[in-house]
This record gives sequence, structure tokens and C-alpha cells, in this order.
Amino acid sequence: MNLAYRDIRHNLGRFLLTCVGLGLLLGVVLAMIGIYRGLVVDALTIARAPAVDLWVVEANTRGPFAEASRIPGDIREAIARIAGVSAAGSITYQTVETEHMGDKLRLYVIGYEPTRPGGPPEIIAGRGIARSHYEMIADQSTGLTLGGRIHLGRNMFTVVGLTRYQTNSGGDPAIYITLPDAQKLQFDLAPPAARVQLARGSGSASRDTVNAVVARLHPNASSDAVAETVHRWKHLTAITQEAQELILTRSLVDRARRQIGLFTSLLLTVSAVIIALIIYTMTMEKLKQIATLKLIGAPDRTIIGMIVQQALALGFIGFAIGATLIVNIKDYFPRRVVLEPDNVLVLGLIVFAVCLVSSGLGVRAALRVEPATALGG
Amino acid sequence: MAAAATNHPLVQLHRISKHFGEGETRVDALRDVSLAVYPGQVVAFLGPSGSGKTTLLNIIGCILDPSSGSMELDGERVIEDGRWLRSDLKSLRLDKIGFIFQFHNLIPFLDATDNVALVLQLAGADATTARARAVELLDYLEVGHRRGAMPAKLSGGEAQRVAIARALANRPRIILADEPTAALDSKRAGIVMDLLRKVAVERQAAIIAVTHDEKIFDRFDRIFGLRDGRLETYIDQDQRIPVA
Ligand SMILES: Nc1ncnc2c1ncn2[C@@H]1O[C@H](COP(=O)(O)OP(=O)(O)OP(=O)(O)O)[C@@H](O)[C@H]1O
Ligand SMILES: [Mg+2]
Repeated sequence: MNLAYRDIRHNLGRFLLTCVGLGLLLGVVLAMIGIYRGLVVDALTIARAPAVDLWVVEANTRGPFAEASRIPGDIREAIARIAGVSAAGSITYQTVETEHMGDKLRLYVIGYEPTRPGGPPEIIAGRGIARSHYEMIADQSTGLTLGGRIHLGRNMFTVVGLTRYQTNSGGDPAIYITLPDAQKLQFDLAPPAARVQLARGSGSASRDTVNAVVARLHPNASSDAVAETVHRWKHLTAITQEAQELILTRSLVDRARRQIGLFTSLLLTVSAVIIALIIYTMTMEKLKQIATLKLIGAPDRTIIGMIVQQALALGFIGFAIGATLIVNIKDYFPRRVVLEPDNVLVLGLIVFAVCLVSSGLGVRAALRVEPATALGG
Repeated sequence: MAAAATNHPLVQLHRISKHFGEGETRVDALRDVSLAVYPGQVVAFLGPSGSGKTTLLNIIGCILDPSSGSMELDGERVIEDGRWLRSDLKSLRLDKIGFIFQFHNLIPFLDATDNVALVLQLAGADATTARARAVELLDYLEVGHRRGAMPAKLSGGEAQRVAIARALANRPRIILADEPTAALDSKRAGIVMDLLRKVAVERQAAIIAVTHDEKIFDRFDRIFGLRDGRLETYIDQDQRIPVA
């Protein structure tokens, strides 16, 4: 007969309660891991969205995400002509705050040229931008719906398409509008300021400024070689996609990443201690029964088996509860929670190892108990 | 009263001593105890608290090492000059010795039948045989009607009888009991003692109990009186039993 199973069945309510408690704790750990992964993924999303190989930005900056970068928009044509470049597009990025149905809404506005690289990676509803003004594609997490209208600057925009998972590293959902609309939004002065400028005689200078030009290369072109060519223009810097991603994870979200990482490892340690404590206590409560078992001649392996099986059952059920919980609620978090199977697997292995080690402590105590303690009162 | 005793003792101790600690803290729990218990005998250790009764029982039960002396169980020499001659004391216990406790010490998460079947399975019986034999034993001890009950649901007397069934399961010939009736009223104590007597007679077993319980003194064939670790007196109820 399986003693571990019998004991659990006898105290089923209590065992399940312990499992649920452990499950909630492991759920929190999983959520933290998911938030951590989500942060990194979010940081990379916008940089990956245009699916390009090269970022051309202002000289000596690490833009457009980590630092401000401004370059003339006509650079795009020059870039497109470099050998090895198959397509290039101008892009602007900015954060705006507006109102939607009475609520404040922070948006990450991306201006792009609809026929060139830089647009949303997918459209899940509606269509792409077809007119050159006042249309937009919104991330579904903005809460905007197809046909919805919203004020940006002094103009009213209409949502014509929806995309998903597009947020900046701060978690603000993205919207896409045409480059001219975005330039107007970003660089146009408010009417009173414009009048002052006009009076001073500086006029309205060319506002064809963009934050970056992105370039897609031919399959066999080397991005380093193209970057080299770009560097010859003294006012430009070229950053490969790989380097851009590194900038994003290493500098932009680095602090947040380390913060959450540290907190996650703290939580993991706390969980390990709690698991160890639960299993140890579970064994200590049974010491008298274990002494009795020894006295009536049960071999050590029977006793070890009982403790280890219970520890593993606890860890397994607790982990299953935690994982199920998080998988089911992760989409309700305000920011993205990304759980890759390998993260879950690694945590599962850690829980397994912790259970084994702590049942080792219990086993040690159990093997040390004298069978004589079962005798007498 | 007792069944005919043979000349081969089931338990024989020769100058067993046991001390705990050394120097200042040394306690001599047993000093040169020699005794013999024969098949069919029901005997008791009696003495004031701290006189060494439990210590003596534990050594006979192979769960405590003596400091010196020799011991034979069922004709086999197991201790020589204070050293065990066998390393597998667990299987020795499983084969030869049954334990009955003051508090029944049943495994709380197994029902009456499985508490008994467990020791049978530990000794190698398959599950079906073990359960069948367990039920037989429970019937023999007149608790068959409670076979499916969990220990917490058994009365003190019922639980003690299940515990005796467990002690008897592997047909040990030496049964050790530390205050087996202390938790029972005199009627149930009498029933338990009758059962132990029945086992001793029918199976030619030796029953060794520690007791303070005056109600049951007349149920023993012989009472060994201990004081300060020394075997001082013995009272025989039946003169036919040879003196060790
Ligand atoms: N593990 C131990 N370590 C040190 N001293 C011990 C140990 N076990 C018993 N003793 C001592 O040995 C002596 C005999 O103890 P034992 O338990 O055999 O007495 P007892 O006759 O069973 O007493 P009681 O009637 O109170 O159960 C006592 O003085 C006790 O303090
Ligand atoms: Mg005692």
C-alpha cells in the first residue's frame, strides 16, 4: 500500500489547502517572471515592428529610442539609393496624451510612410492607412475600436485598422499615423507661438524632420557595409537592428529589468524557504508515526518513499495550480505578461529541486528518530 | 495456569548492563540483569519510575544497544559482550518481536485492517493475502466488526486490540508491551490480558509487559521487580515455572 497517498487522502482538505497556498505563491513568482519577460519583449516590440535591418539616426546618438534624434526627412531618398538597401522609410516617434471617453489616454504615436517600411507588423481588423491625412491604426490595448474618433493636436483622427501587442518600453500603446500628420503633430507650433515666430521673421522653416530612417537590406547585403557607407555622411549614424535591440535592453529598460529581476529572485528564495518549511513541518508532525513504522520493521526506503512522494506531490500540485492561475489571468494585467514554456519549465525544475532538497531535510530527521520514541507516552 | 513450559527459554539475558552518559552525568539504567522467559509465559516488569523497565524492554526489543552482557532470542544469540551479532535488526524485529504500546500507536491514516496488513506486507505478503489475514486476526481479537474504522474512530479498548492484532501479525514469539493497559478501564484491561494469555498459550509465545497496574498483577505468571537498574525480586504465581 502507498503510505504517502493514504496519508494525503486522510488529511485531504488540509493537504489541498497547503497546495493552494503554495500554488498562489508560485503563481506570484510566475507572474513576476512573466512581467520581467514582458518588459523585455515590450522594449523590443517597437524596434522589431518595422522588420528592418538598419536604423539611420542623428550623428553620435543612440536614437531614436534611447536618445533624441532628428534628421532631415529627405535623407531617406539618399539611403534608399545605397547599394544593398532594398527599401527605406522615414519614421517619427512621440508620446502624446489625449482624452478618450472621458479618460486620459497616453499614446505612443508612430508616424510612417504607408508605402515604405515602418508600419504596423500586422492588421487584425479593418484596413491599412489609405488616405494621407487623419487616419490611424491603433493597438487594440488602447481601447479604441474601428471607426472610433479621437483628437490628436488640433485634428480629429479616425481609427481605420487595429493591430496588437504594439507598446513602447513604458507600456504605452502605439498608434500609427501618416508621416506628414505626425510631423505636424510633433513640430507645428501652436497658433500664438507661430504668430510670434512669424513676427520675428524666422518664418516657418522646413518641417521635414524625422526621428529616424529605417532600411531593409537585400538578403545577401551586409548591414555593416551599408552602415559604413552611411557613416561617411558626417551628420548621420547607422545602427544595426542587433545593436538597436541591445541598446533597448541594456540601457533603456536596464534598471527596471534589474529591479524586477532582483525582486523575482527574492520571491523565488522566499518560496523555496516556505516550501522547505512546509515539507519539514509535514515530516516533523509525523515523527512519532515514523518511529512506530521503524519499530514494526518498516525499512528506510518505505519511510523515505513516503516523505519524498508527499513532497513531490505537494510541489507538483502547487505548481500546477499556480501555472493554471497565471495562464488564465495574465491577459488582465495592465502591461504585458509573457510566459514562454521554457520559463515555466525552469521554474518547474526549480520547484522540483527545492522539494527534493527539503524532503532531504525531512528524511534526515526521519532517519535519525529512534524507534524507541514510539514506545511510552 | 500457564501452559507447559519447555526448557528452552524464548528470551534469555545474561548480565545485561546499560548506562547512559559518562562521568558526572552517567546514569546506570541497568546493572547485571539476568533473566529468562519461557514459551507460554506471561511476565511483567514492575518497579518505581526510573528503575529501568523501559530500558530493559527496549534492549529485548532490539531497539537499544546494551553496554555489556549477552542475549539470546528464540535460541539465537543476538548480543555477545554488549555487541550485536546481527546487522539487520529491523528484520529481526519483523520476524521475532511484536510491540504493543501504552497508547496504541496505530498509524492514523490507515484503517484497522490496513494497520495490521501493513506489517504483513512489510514482511513480504502480497496485498490480498495480507488483508485477508488481517481480517482473520481482527476477528480473533474480537474487533472484526470494526475492521474498516480509522483509528481515531475506535474506542481505547478496540484500538488496543487492533494494536495487539498488529503485534501478532507476523506470528512473533516474543511480544513486548509497555504499560498495555494503562489507558484502559479495569474491564477492558482484563479483556486485553485474557487475549494476551490466549496468545501465549495457543502460540507458545512469551509475553513481556511493563506495568504499574495493580488490577492485573494476578494475571502474570511471574513479576520481575526492578529497583535502581537491578533485578531484585521475582514473584511467581505458578511454582511449576523454572527459576532462571
Ligand atoms: N536516553 C536516555 N538518556 C539518558 N538517560 C536515560 C535515557 N533513557 C533512560 N534514561 C535513564 O535511565 C533510567 C531508567 O529509565 P527507564 O526509562 O528505563 O525507567 P522506567 O523504569 O521505564 O521508568 P518509568 O516508570 O518512569 O517509565 C532513568 O534514570 C532514566 O533517566
Ligand atoms: Mg518507562
